[in-house]
Amino acid sequence: MSVFLDVFTVAAVSAGAFFFLAGSIGLLRFPDTLSRLHALTKADNLGLGLVVLGLLPRASGLLAALKLVVVWLLVLIASAMVSQMVARVARRGGSPS
Amino acid sequence: MTGASALALVLALLLVAIAAWTVATRRTFAAVEGFVAYGLLLSIAWVALSAIDVALTEAAIGSGLTGVLLIGAAARLRTSEAALSAERAGVPLRWLAAIASSVVAGAIAIGVLSLPDPTPTLAPAVAEHLPSIGLGNAVTAVLLAYRGIDTLLESIVVVFALIGVWSLAPDPLWGGYPGPRQQADPNGILAYLARVLPPIGVVVGLYIFWVGADFPGGKFQGATILAAMWLLAMMAGLADAPPISRTWLRILLVAGPLLFIAIGFAGALIAGAVLAYPEGYAKLLIKVIEAALVPTLTLTLALLVAGAPERTVR
Repeated sequence: MSVFLDVFTVAAVSAGAFFFLAGSIGLLRFPDTLSRLHALTKADNLGLGLVVLGLLPRASGLLAALKLVVVWLLVLIASAMVSQMVARVARRGGSPS
Repeated sequence: MTGASALALVLALLLVAIAAWTVATRRTFAAVEGFVAYGLLLSIAWVALSAIDVALTEAAIGSGLTGVLLIGAAARLRTSEAALSAERAGVPLRWLAAIASSVVAGAIAIGVLSLPDPTPTLAPAVAEHLPSIGLGNAVTAVLLAYRGIDTLLESIVVVFALIGVWSLAPDPLWGGYPGPRQQADPNGILAYLARVLPPIGVVVGLYIFWVGADFPGGKFQGATILAAMWLLAMMAGLADAPPISRTWLRILLVAGPLLFIAIGFAGALIAGAVLAYPEGYAKLLIKVIEAALVPTLTLTLALLVAGAPERTVR
């Protein structure tokens, strides 16, 4: 059982790290602000989500697991809102580069 | 190489790189961005060193609050930015600056490297006397029991800083509302965030203040989160800062430090030394002081960001 959980943790956290890597490469390589935002949200939403998912079996209790999920949800809210605001400034022609 | 030391090495290299970039960049705003990233990386480094209290403070105050203040300063400097970067110091002045900063950095490096090994520490003494104070968090014990005078002066200094910011107001605006009135789309995303986040943020801020007695946390970190929630509502145009002439505001701003001073002097009468706590009441008094400091710090930190008065009271 614990072997399965270990494999699950390693797989999910690695997948999360992959999304962070892809997001960072996209942030550096994509040509304009909107596509860079697109790359960045993948790291926040999916990358962190997978890392949290992978760490859930390792949490010391239900409360700790809940805290991990809340951290992910808060990052989701923050990144979605900030992306919207940055995108709005970019569309108006301001350059937040 | 173990995982921990590999992480430490990567963190150290990144920190040095960002610090160098922050100093080297010519644009004010980019330097501020570098500073904020540096602070966040530094707090990861503190976590890696198991200094969670320091990490929280670095993230909340060192990177977050100072970052916001610097962004405000950079925005104000934007108009003079072109003239500033066109200006170039002469070669002797630049050499002088390079030599002066190298000497300071070198002196600090020699100081750090010549520390005896193992480094002298009072940690065992603190841990030994922790039960007599009744606190579980050694950092809070040091801040409020052993080095109470530092914390007292710290809490007064931030109020002085706020008075300094306020005194930048032109005479006709003295006593008015701080900063410009923020306008935001009431149905926009910022207003939505300012409605969704504060209930969560207020609970988290109070929780971090409350667990500070036994776990990493404390009044400064908690008050920063509370101040951030208030600032968020201000930026979304849902709330306004009070005019700085309000009596309740001024009372709350001095209430925390005054109570701290009162309890400190009462200690001289009851417990035999200024800022000493009577046997058995240490934890209670420390929590009372911290609870009184939370409103003071929240108001001070938020109003520091809100800035000098810019609108009169009608």
